[in-house]
Amino acid sequence: MSGYACSIGATRHAFDDLRAVMACASPLRSGDQLAGLAAESDERRAAAKMVLADLPLAAFLAEPPIPYETDEVTRLICDTHDAAAFAPVKSMTVGEFREWLLSYAADEAALQALAPGLTPEMVAAVSKLMRNQDLMAVAKKCRVVTGFRTTLGLPGRLAARLQPNHPTDDPAGIAASTIDGLLYGIGDAVIGVNPASDSPAACIKLIEMLDAVRRRFDIPTQSCVLTHVTNSIACIERGAPVDLVFQSIAGTEGANAGFGVNLGILREAREAALALKRGTVGDNVMYFETGQGSALSADAHCGVDQQTCEVRAYAVARAFKPLLVNTVVGFIGPEYLYDAKQIIRAGLEDHMCGKLLGVPMGVDVCYTNHAEADQDDMDTLATLLATAGVNFLIGVPGADDIMLSYQSLSFHDILGLRHRLGLRPCPEFEAWLETMGMLDAAGRLAPLPADRGAMPRLLAAGG
Amino acid sequence: MEPVADPFARFRLATRARIGLGRSGDALPTAALLEFQLSHARARDAVHGAVDFDALAAALAPHPTVRVKSAAPDRATYLRRPDLGRRLGNGERARLEALPRGEAPWDIVFVIADGLSATAVNANAAATFAECLARLPADWRVGPAVLAEQGRVALGDDAANALGAKMVAILIGERPGLSVAESLGIYLTLDPRPGRLESERNCISNIHADGLSAAEAGAKLAWLAREGRKRGVTGIGLKDEAPPLLESEPTAGALPKG
Repeated sequence: MSGYACSIGATRHAFDDLRAVMACASPLRSGDQLAGLAAESDERRAAAKMVLADLPLAAFLAEPPIPYETDEVTRLICDTHDAAAFAPVKSMTVGEFREWLLSYAADEAALQALAPGLTPEMVAAVSKLMRNQDLMAVAKKCRVVTGFRTTLGLPGRLAARLQPNHPTDDPAGIAASTIDGLLYGIGDAVIGVNPASDSPAACIKLIEMLDAVRRRFDIPTQSCVLTHVTNSIACIERGAPVDLVFQSIAGTEGANAGFGVNLGILREAREAALALKRGTVGDNVMYFETGQGSALSADAHCGVDQQTCEVRAYAVARAFKPLLVNTVVGFIGPEYLYDAKQIIRAGLEDHMCGKLLGVPMGVDVCYTNHAEADQDDMDTLATLLATAGVNFLIGVPGADDIMLSYQSLSFHDILGLRHRLGLRPCPEFEAWLETMGMLDAAGRLAPLPADRGAMPRLLAAGG
Repeated sequence: MEPVADPFARFRLATRARIGLGRSGDALPTAALLEFQLSHARARDAVHGAVDFDALAAALAPHPTVRVKSAAPDRATYLRRPDLGRRLGNGERARLEALPRGEAPWDIVFVIADGLSATAVNANAAATFAECLARLPADWRVGPAVLAEQGRVALGDDAANALGAKMVAILIGERPGLSVAESLGIYLTLDPRPGRLESERNCISNIHADGLSAAEAGAKLAWLAREGRKRGVTGIGLKDEAPPLLESEPTAGALPKG
């Protein structure tokens, strides 16, 4: 007889194990349906939430969803759990934990102190009991500050990654998109290119080009070519000016193997990047991307729902003190997140769960053309995330990524959010915009004249 | 308003990215907004449109064709359940198995599936098929072309296996981007059967008016098919070393299939 059950009227809802409770309690999404893990009815989903609400947080320490013996991510979670930090909430149920997180007692300092005591499963569990506004309220109270040449995560700030991708890595094309983004005040989180070619030689060319643009204008920011971690190590060995090391990561050992990585190789990469000592205001040298559905897509979800797998990826991320972590929330496609409702929910979950674990979360607010979503939905999600205090968003020219064939936010979108919500770029980058004469008396980045000032200066750098 | 020279003009040859769009306050100017929405509309129409399989069969004639459906009954299911799009629908396998066969197995079977872009198939499949056919060795026995509705790449394995073919090439609509909604891809797999891995296929992608031409795709496919058969492998064990297509090479129109 399973210990996980509840009765609603004459119907008894029983669940095989903790994994099943978690999966059935998850708000509906196509990926859990595809995996055969979703609740078969809305009532069963509600029942699973009731069961989950009454479970003690300590239950997640006692019953890891993927065995310690077979999964290095589980071992990382268990071995680094901080019992002293966990002490203030250790006797709470998941439902009580939700109420405490929303209470005034759970302020910035309390949440920061708690983070090392939380496991991803506890955080995933409590998020399943939360409405969207709960996710925003709790995320807003968490502060995760990181630094390299800019300082990210400070109150009242919204940073942005400038993503100047090109389908054939054309240097002039990438430079043109980079300059376009800088003219909107985008790029304080990172100027980060997804390369079309994976050869280290091609990546070094891009790294050197981005570094030259940065040095020419003395821009306080960091650059990154988002190639496989082993390529980045090879680039560092060949003397390339690598600021940040990038890697896609997931929440199970098997899914990480699908990405060709493990914890050991990530550790090696971080040490290689740290040794270059290129940061000026901080030494957070890692950049990770994640996204719900990656473990299922790699056939390595181990019967765990996609949102819980995702939060486990943040436990991997936080072990390496990253500068940036973002969920690429709508990129994976409708078989995992079917429509805008599911994408918006997942984006808010990912942001809150990452922040609560102490991870510097950003979000790529995005969708593909076979998902039921459009730019109006991205306006909604971006606005919700900005009010929830997201560390950074991603901007591409005109919201159209011509290399990865999906839509994200435009530079315009992020600039508009900053102005409407009174959010500013990272302080170091804001000071640079000031010296470039790009800010008006109110600190806004108003439309720039084409014939004088920053626009002709930056455009001249495009060769 | 007085006309302003485009400060980004000299970059536009280097990238199709939507740079230098200008600003209305913090928002997009109207023309740029509407252009984006048109591109997105085309991409969605490509995903949700239907392939005109009757017209396609007519265009392929006199090459024989056979129509099949995957196990995904409609587009909404297809998008949520990739596993169903990879399998033949109920009774379809038996229908293919019952088709008359020659004295020897087919050397290759072509499957044409809607995939994620009906527009790509409507615009490019017939020409690409003809170019492939024209460049295969004249003595190869080519089975009937299978026209598949709600199909994904692995459906080709199931269909070609039912026909008893030694090799399958599936022509399929690729996921549309905002700049190109009609891109076709070809996946070639030796010894097709259910359970084949993605790493056991060779892919030729980006076939459309502004990308790889039908003739170039046909030449690549024919080279990979011949070499794949000779070396007994497709996928990561077979690198594309096809020589570039010369201008003077005959195209399908100029070379009747023997």
